[in-house]
Parts: sequence; structure tokens; C-alpha cells
Amino acid sequence: MFDGIIQNIFNALQWGSFYSLIALGYCLVYGVLLLINFAHGDVFMVGAYLAFFLATFFLGAGSLPHWLILVLIVPLTMILTSLVGVTLERVAYRPLRRKGANKLYVVITALMCGLILEHTNLAILGAGRRSFPTLVDQATINLAGLSVTHLKIAVIIVAILVFILLELVISKTKIGMAMRAISYDRFAIPLMGIPPENIIVFTFVLGSGLAGLAGLLFAMSYPVLDPYMGAMIGWKAFIAAVVGGIGEIRGALVGGFLLGFVEIMAVAFFPSTFRDLIAFTILLLILWKKPTGLFGVSRYQKI
Amino acid sequence: MALLEIKEMNHAFGGIQAVDHFNLRLKGGELNGLIGPNGAGKTTIFNLVSGFYQPTSGQIFFRNTNTAGLKPHRITGLGLARTFQNIRIWPEMTVLDNIRVAHHHSLGYGFLDCIFRTPTFLRREREVTTAAYEILESLNLKDYAQELPKNLPYGLRRIVEIARALATRPALLMLDEPAAGLTSADLQGLIDMIRMIHQTFQITIWMIEHQMQVVMDLCQYIQCIDFGVTIAEGTPDHIQNNPAVIKAYLGDDTFQCC
Amino acid sequence: MKQFSIPAVLAVTLFILMGMSLGEGINLYWQDVIMFMGINIILSASLNLVNGYMGEFSCGHAGFMAVGAYVSSLSSVALFTRSSLFGAPILSAGWAVPLFPLCLLAGMAAAAISGLLVAIPSFKTRGDYLAIITIAASFIIKSSIENIKPIGGARGFMGMGQVSAAMSETADLPWMMFWIFLGTVFTIWILRRFVSSTYGKGILAISQDEIAAEIMSVNTNKMKIVAFMLSSGLAGLAGGLYAHKLGYVNPGSFTILKSTECLVMVYLGGMGSLSGAVLSAVVYTLMLEILRFVIPWINDLLHWAQLIPAEYQVTQIWKWVLIPLLLVLLMQFRPEGIMGRHELDDYFPWIKKFYRFK
Repeated sequence: MFDGIIQNIFNALQWGSFYSLIALGYCLVYGVLLLINFAHGDVFMVGAYLAFFLATFFLGAGSLPHWLILVLIVPLTMILTSLVGVTLERVAYRPLRRKGANKLYVVITALMCGLILEHTNLAILGAGRRSFPTLVDQATINLAGLSVTHLKIAVIIVAILVFILLELVISKTKIGMAMRAISYDRFAIPLMGIPPENIIVFTFVLGSGLAGLAGLLFAMSYPVLDPYMGAMIGWKAFIAAVVGGIGEIRGALVGGFLLGFVEIMAVAFFPSTFRDLIAFTILLLILWKKPTGLFGVSRYQKI
Repeated sequence: MALLEIKEMNHAFGGIQAVDHFNLRLKGGELNGLIGPNGAGKTTIFNLVSGFYQPTSGQIFFRNTNTAGLKPHRITGLGLARTFQNIRIWPEMTVLDNIRVAHHHSLGYGFLDCIFRTPTFLRREREVTTAAYEILESLNLKDYAQELPKNLPYGLRRIVEIARALATRPALLMLDEPAAGLTSADLQGLIDMIRMIHQTFQITIWMIEHQMQVVMDLCQYIQCIDFGVTIAEGTPDHIQNNPAVIKAYLGDDTFQCC
Repeated sequence: MKQFSIPAVLAVTLFILMGMSLGEGINLYWQDVIMFMGINIILSASLNLVNGYMGEFSCGHAGFMAVGAYVSSLSSVALFTRSSLFGAPILSAGWAVPLFPLCLLAGMAAAAISGLLVAIPSFKTRGDYLAIITIAASFIIKSSIENIKPIGGARGFMGMGQVSAAMSETADLPWMMFWIFLGTVFTIWILRRFVSSTYGKGILAISQDEIAAEIMSVNTNKMKIVAFMLSSGLAGLAGGLYAHKLGYVNPGSFTILKSTECLVMVYLGGMGSLSGAVLSAVVYTLMLEILRFVIPWINDLLHWAQLIPAEYQVTQIWKWVLIPLLLVLLMQFRPEGIMGRHELDDYFPWIKKFYRFK
């Protein structure tokens, strides 16, 4: 009985790690631009597909050892996915920001960009699902009574490491400070001699890179890819970010694990078709009762 | 029965005491002023009385009703109206519509009347429109009825906001810096208008104002606030020579004032 | 210049439509297009009340449509047809025509009540957070329907074709064309009357300055409830008509894509403009039909110019790339839409000579 709970907690941590990684990306962008980048989940999907094509390419290119391929595609996936994210920012969000457009327009634009990514994928690559090649030993090992794989442990460790790295960047580096400053007052930043656009680009690079990493890890863990895979995960990650208090990276980490836990528990007691329904109901309740989430800070409106 | 009674009202935002033991009693018929340096808490007091914030402690009675927990539109329904420091008229609705919508709580018809254009609906719409025109007429705004406020000059927009407040048939009119941003040409017009509203319409007026010319000319009784605390109150003459007031505005070192 | 009364014009139009549909003067394909146009007008105009007029951001219109579709379908199938779920029809077929509007009304009522799901949160939340709540609500509705096995779950529910058959027993007329026409006129009528009254203008006041509206005696919470319920109720009407026109309904029709279509129509037509919403619904429906022909044509062209490989076919899926793209472009260049905040008679004042809209 006890073992069962520990196993479930472990599964929840692993499942929630993906949510955390993607939620961190949401947080970064929201923290800097006060924008909910709804295309983020689909950027994750693009990352997974990029990883797929890279892996397939390297596997076919010669007889490179699998570990080397892995070492190559991690940075490549992250870089290419960052490019996608930054392009989105440049082409779709920045012009609206320049015009001082209502934030709502940017949110719709983000939502639409997500749909465009999904359907362009569907249109170009077709409805057929892709299978991610095996690069890592999938054997289950028995660790202190838990049945785990190397990959599952790696995913959890990566999520925590990334979080620590981000915490360091945001609190200890100059650019991290600038990121925090921008969210309070975007117009004061250039007056302080900091180019805001650079910071924004950096934020997107970071956030999209993380989404790419999450995409790669997810593709390795659950090797079936389809164009809609980012949509629901993106929403769940967003729910995780909101639960934790969007804009707070601590909240994103905790929120991700929490949501993972809730889902694993929910599936234990309810039919699996209820899983998404429960997640969204939680979102609705939290946004209704405590819109700033568990960790978030509300912003005052002057009357 | 007092019109407005504020007893020991306190309000804190987190650690900051914005309003400290504020008291006021208006019988009805007064023209009072509330002055003080920027950030003293004057608009906060207005926000508390009109229902946007709930005071941390203390009580507010408007027309013998405790306003605690009442939403602003309810308090307006009791007969209180206010204007805002930065004008909040509806820019994309005609001036006439601005005045008409202020009659919302006294429309006297419901959704179904509206859809089926019942006789009640038609009659009330006519009456509201007539009442709106009367108000516009009394403030010399009739020619601007079909204009959009965003196309009107600042001074006129101020007057439209006051007209709109009057449309709610208030017993107490709270004006938040009505003279702000007005040219000296418009200023006298505003003073005359406020006096007219006070005497001809018999409406009690309570106003926040920075321009001493307006305050001293109009107000019968003035309270001065600094850091949330009432530092002086009395007639205009008393306030003008009160050292605490002068210190609050000008600081300890005197300097050349405009 | 003689002023025609609107009801007369509408009656004539209806007569012509019905007559031509009956006699195949308009072929079945175009009958479908006209009917979808009507449904889209209802969707567009009703969402415009909340998104355009009230300045909110509701992205979950499809959810309310789903509620209306299911409730009206279940009631009409139970009342007028023999089905595996309900058994024998409760009433004879003769009742189908007079009582069908009641089924639609039931759908509308249910949809209006589900509108409370987003109306109540809207008291305290605005902007992007409310948008998310609307998307969550829409998803919850769809997902809940999928989990109700007795009504078909994810596979859907059918039997409404029999309802049309029951109506045809009274008179062999194109009934769905009739009902959709009435529904569309009803929607425009109710919305126009609402927004032109001082009562309805309270909503406009909320969108332009909610704090001022609150202090100027508008009960903002109540007005938000009225607006959301009216909007979602009408979406429910569209849903009911949609379900009965198709003859079947399944939750897969009511996804974020459907809500996106509604958003496109609102932002294409102009925020807060009723005539804009109607116009854009018409334009959008036609645009979809045009795409149906244009996409294969582009496919052929690209193959002929050898710009794409022979095995690759440009399919209708690209529609779903183009529609969100259209909305993105609208957001960039003309978020006020074709009409902005104006009505048709602001741009063409001479139209006023032809009619009097009471």
C-alpha cells in the first residue's frame, strides 16, 4: 500500500516535470510581458518534432553511437526551438507591442499562432503519427522498491536543475534583474539604459528553449508524436503555472508537480476520460476564487 | 438626521495608514472642502465613502443607512454622486447618452419591457430623455447633446461629467478636483456653476480641490488632510492662516510661491 | 421615397426563400449555404454583444452552442420521435411544428444558465484571465458531454432527422430553412432592441469605464449577467438549429476551432456593430465556400508549376491554417473590423430612407 503511494508520487513527479518545464516558459514570458503566450504548448510540439527529425537524421547519417546523437540533439533542439519562439515574437507579438495594442489582441494572436502551428504541421506532415526512435535504454530498474527507468529519473532531475538555474539567473544576474524590472514598468527600462527588446528576446529564447528540451524529453518518454500533442499539454502546463501563481517560477515548479499529482490521483479514482475535465475544473475554480494562484501577487488598479 | 456621518474612519493599505481617524458630519446644504497635499489620502476618503473600498475600521452613514458592504451603485441609489480626478466619462457614447445612462437605476423597466417595447418602456425612455435634456440645458450643454465626449475640449468634458453626476438626482455631490486642468478662463465659470448647483438645485457639495482660489471662494467649511490625518479644519479664514496647513503644503522652509 | 416596413420585407424574403427551396429553384448546396449563413449570423451577433459591445473577451462560445444543441435535440427527439434512448414519441407528429420552438427555447434556457459559468467569474476578473475562464468553461462543457454515455458520449447523438420528418408530415416544406430564418431574425431583433435602449447602453458604459458605470448607478454585476445570459442563450439557439439542420450532433463540433470561427466573425465585422456582425457572418460563410473551390485550384496550380512534390496534395486542412491566420492579420491591421463601432447606416445614411427599424 505504502509502496503504491510512493510509486504514484514518483510517477506524478515525472509526469509533472513536463508540466513544470513548460510552465516555467509561460512564467518567464508572463513575468516579463504580462502576456500569456498560448502558442507555447505548440512550440513544445514543434520542439518534439524537431527532435524527431534530428534524431532520424543522425541515425540515418552513419553509425554514430546513440549517446553521441543524444548529446548532439539536446542543444540543437533547444536552439532550433528557440528560433521558432523568437520568430513568433518578432513577427506576431512585437508589432502589436509597438503599436501599443490592447493586450487582449496579443492574447488572441498567441492563441491563433498556436492553431496555425498545429494545422500547418497537420497539413504538411499529414495525420500520421510519428514514432520517436529509441536512443536510451528503456529498461526498468528497481530502485528501493520503485520501478523506474533512467529516463524518468533524468526528467525529474532536469526539471529541478532547470529551475535552480533559472532562479540563479533571475536573482543573481543583471539580465535577470532587468527581466524582473520590465514586468513592473516597461517604459522606465530604456530610461535606465537597458534595451527592453533584448531582454524580451532573451526571455523568449530561454522559454522556448526550455519548451524544446521538454519536447525532446517527452518524445523520448512517450514516443508517439501527433500535431495536437502540444495543445492539451500546453493547457495543462498553463493550468500548472496559474495554480502556482503565474509569473512566479517557484509557483511554476510546484504547480507542475502538483497538477501531475492531482492527475495521477484522479485517474486512480475516476475513469481516465475525466482526467482533463478535472484539471480544467480546478483551473476554473482557482481563477475564480484566487486568480493570482498560490504564490502570485495581485496588481492594484488605481481608481 | 444627518445627511452624511463619517465616524472614526480608518483605512490601511497593507502597512500604510492611508486614512487616520477621519470624521465628518454633514447636515445637508453645506458646501465643504477637503484639501491637502498630493497623496494625503483625499481621494481614498472619497473612494471609501462612495463604496469602492471598505474601511478597515470606522463607520459611514449616508442618510441613516450604514454603507458598510454596499456596492457603489447602491450608495448612488441612496443619493450620492461623485466625479473623478481624471475625468471618467464614456468617450464613445454621445453626451446625451452619458446623461441618460446615469438614470440606469431609476429606469423603472426591465429586460422584457425593453424587448417588447411596452408602453412602460416607451414612456420611461421619453421621460429619461426629457430629464437628460433638462440637465444639459441647465448647464448650457444642450448644443453638445449629440457630440462624442472624446471630441470635446477638456473644460467641456469636465462639465459633462458633473452633468452626468447630477443625473443620478443626488442629495450629496462629491467633486474630486473639478478645477484640475482648467484654464483660468474656465475657472470662474466652474465656480459660478458649482455655486449655482449648490443654491439653485439645493444639493450638498463636498469637494476635493487644490486650487485655493476655488476653495476659498466657494467653501463654507474646510478640512485639511496630510498623511491621512486631519491636521486642521474650519472656515476658509481659519485655514488660510493655520500654520499646520501652511507647513503641510510648503514645508518648513518658505520659498517663493507662484 | 416610400418607406418599406421591415416586417413586410422580411415576410417577402422568407416567402421567396421557402418557395425557391421547395421548387429546387435554389439547389440543395446553396440552401445549405444559406442556412449556415443564418446560423453564423446568430453566432456572430450574439458573441458581438459580449466581445464587441461589452468589451469582454469570451473565447468559449462553442460551449454554449453545444448546450443548446444537446438540450433542444434531446427534447425534440423525446417528444416527436421514436428513439432508442427515449422509446416511443410522447406526442404525435402533428405537434412537431407548433412545439418545435419550445424545444429550441429549452436549449436556449439551458445555454443561458450555463452562461452563468462565465458571468459570475466576470464580476471580479477581466481581460486575459476571463478569456481563460471562458476557454476552460467551454472545454468543461464539451468534456462533460463526452462523458455522458447515455446521450452518446464522444460518438454523438442523432435522431433529429426524424424530427424534420415529423414536421414534414404536417406540410412538406423546407422546415429547417424556415426555422433558421426565424431564428436569425429573432436574434437580430432582440439584440437591436436591447442595445438601442438606455437599459442596454449600460453594457456599453461598462465596457468604456466600468468604475464610472458602477458609480453612475449601473448595477454592473446584474448587467453582466444579463449580457452573458443573452449572448449564450442565443448561442444555444444557434446550436439547436445547427443540430436539427444536420440531423445529428457530436461534441467534436464544439471545440476551440468553432469558438475561433465565432471570434473571427466578430473581429472581422467590427466590435459593437450589429450590422457589422451580420455582414461578417455572411462574408465568412461565403469565404469558406470559396475556399472549398480555391484550395483544389491552388493545388492544381502548384502541381502544374512543379512547386510541390507530386505525392503531396493541398487539402482542405489548410483552411484551418488560413482562418486563424486571418484573425492574426485582423488583430495586426484592423482589430476594429470592417465596421469599427459604427452601424451600416453610419456609413450609408441614405439607407435610412428605405426603412424604419423600430
